[in-house]
Amino acid sequence: MKTINDNIMLDSKYAIVLENVGKIDPMKISDYIENNGYEALRKALSDMKPNEVVESVKKSGLRGRGGAGFPTGLKWSITVPLKGEKFILCNADEGEPGTFKDRLIMEGDPHKLIEGMILAGYAVGAHKGYIYIRGEYKNSIETMKHAIEEARKNGYLGENIFNSGFSFDIKVNMGAGAYVCGEETALIESLEGKRGNPRIKPPFPGIKGVWNKPTVVNNVETLANIPAIIDKGAEWFTSIGTEKSPGTKVFSILGHVNNPGAVEAPFGTTLRELIYEYGKGIKGGKEIKAVLIGGAAGVFLPKSKLNLKMDYETLKENNAVLGSGAILVMDEDTDIFDMLVNVMEFFKEESCGQCSPCRIGNPMILNILDKIKRKKDLKGNKWEIILKTASAMKETSLCALGQSAIMPISSAYTYFKDELENQGE
Amino acid sequence: MNIGEVFNKYEPKKENLLLILHDIQGSNGTQSIDEETLKKVAEYLDMSLSQVYGVVSFYTMYSTKPRGKYIIRICQSPTCHLMGSKSLLEHLKETLKIDVNETTHDKMFTLETSSCLGVCSEAPAMMINDTVYGNLTEEKVNSILEKLRSNHEND
Ligand SMILES: Cc1cc2nc3c(=O)[nH]c(=O)nc-3n(C[C@H](O)[C@H](O)[C@H](O)COP(=O)(O)O)c2cc1C
Ligand code: SF4
Ligand code: FES
Repeated sequence: MKTINDNIMLDSKYAIVLENVGKIDPMKISDYIENNGYEALRKALSDMKPNEVVESVKKSGLRGRGGAGFPTGLKWSITVPLKGEKFILCNADEGEPGTFKDRLIMEGDPHKLIEGMILAGYAVGAHKGYIYIRGEYKNSIETMKHAIEEARKNGYLGENIFNSGFSFDIKVNMGAGAYVCGEETALIESLEGKRGNPRIKPPFPGIKGVWNKPTVVNNVETLANIPAIIDKGAEWFTSIGTEKSPGTKVFSILGHVNNPGAVEAPFGTTLRELIYEYGKGIKGGKEIKAVLIGGAAGVFLPKSKLNLKMDYETLKENNAVLGSGAILVMDEDTDIFDMLVNVMEFFKEESCGQCSPCRIGNPMILNILDKIKRKKDLKGNKWEIILKTASAMKETSLCALGQSAIMPISSAYTYFKDELENQGE
Repeated sequence: MNIGEVFNKYEPKKENLLLILHDIQGSNGTQSIDEETLKKVAEYLDMSLSQVYGVVSFYTMYSTKPRGKYIIRICQSPTCHLMGSKSLLEHLKETLKIDVNETTHDKMFTLETSSCLGVCSEAPAMMINDTVYGNLTEEKVNSILEKLRSNHEND
């Protein structure tokens, strides 16, 4: 069924979520089981109370891999004390440009995700899980459906798992081409069969989510970390990565590199290592000019930042974000202005249009960029207007899509000011 | 699958709307959903037609306008853009003699642009119906189109 041969680079010492990808047959549950699969679930259901699972995840320091880096254990503990029906919603909408880690997990090791979801359900007291997969990922959808069916047949999903009294089942839902649906409240709206317009927060999904019931929303990569944490323990997990960003991250190294692909590496690995060791340097022996990290909702960084460690705290100190882990490498001949226009077109295209700062702001910025390019006269300092507009969007937009435009714009302007100001002259 | 078979597959719950629309669109040969069908879907799920229509118009993968046998979605997101997808889009427009969101006269191809398809290590990339093609060049695009045309003639 595979149509693309993914290039995955692994250092088996650090592989957690991708450990089995490319090695086992995703269509055979027996392959997963032979590789220690569903052992964490067995351990949790027989030896651990739900709150011990939550505590373990809290101690591991695991942070959400969907972009925002919110501590997973803390997120779960908001939902734990609430009564009534609850849900686990796995965010597999994966729309951030430059990102395909969730696809690799779903198509290469689907049972790891299933096991992670069951453990999350056990921890917070939910009996139903949804995986919302973007509509373009036909292969992921088929693989996950097949794996769920196999898990049911083998007693890992369904009623009274391992005679523990705990029941859990999973349904696959699919998107239909809308980046904004990856935003957790838009995801919930879409799952409910509506347009994917984000909701106003609070209330957060942990309290009022799917059908206004408590819902834990977690990314695929986040959930795929859970089995290993339960199996090997929080201490093992914190021994990998950095103090505030424990564990590994799947990075994708893309663009003008000799060896584009995905790599699972510990947090704290430098940009330089990722680009030169895994990405094998710049194509055609050229110089690197810039990287765009974190996807469209990310930041442009210059060559001088290559020694930055890729972890939440270092990036934050440098006004950057890790986002989904995408690293787009651009060589010396790249036109930064042109790339910035492309990013803004993405935002304009994907804005849901629900709130005016984002609906009007993105086209307005594009319009000014176009005038700059065509040397049309504009009153006042054009870049000042662009930056002001993007800041206003940051302050007033309803969701993080509209709030994000400022990041690529201000970073590009900070580091490539001369080039941007001399456009069209 | 006809519409009855699709309804048999899913319980009449609103959470199945997107799944139902995907199935109908994928099986009726027009790669689109007409108003009559939308009315039936609305009735089945106990929703208003405007609610269902609102959903169809929100998501880029659905269309109420008939489309070609093959829907070409060429990625225009940053990685593919950097690797030359803009000129490939121009090439596709010239070769197919249509603009974006149009269908060729013989109803074979509809050209659309897309956001990141999640195959960026093979940029520039496109999807044709459910199949992904990566590391595209003009020559590769030409041979893919030719192959699909000849498949069609042999159908
Ligand atoms: C516009 C937008 C798109 C997003 N897309 C995704 C996505 O595709 N996948 C994802 O896991 N999170 C995405 N997020 C983040 C989610 O809102 C949410 O933070 C995440 O699913 C929480 O899971 P985590 O705690 O495991 O990271 C997006 C956020 C925004 C604002
Ligand atoms: S910020 Fe943009 S995407 Fe988010 S709700 Fe407003 S219009 Fe929609
Ligand atoms: S940017 Fe084109 S497939 Fe990701």
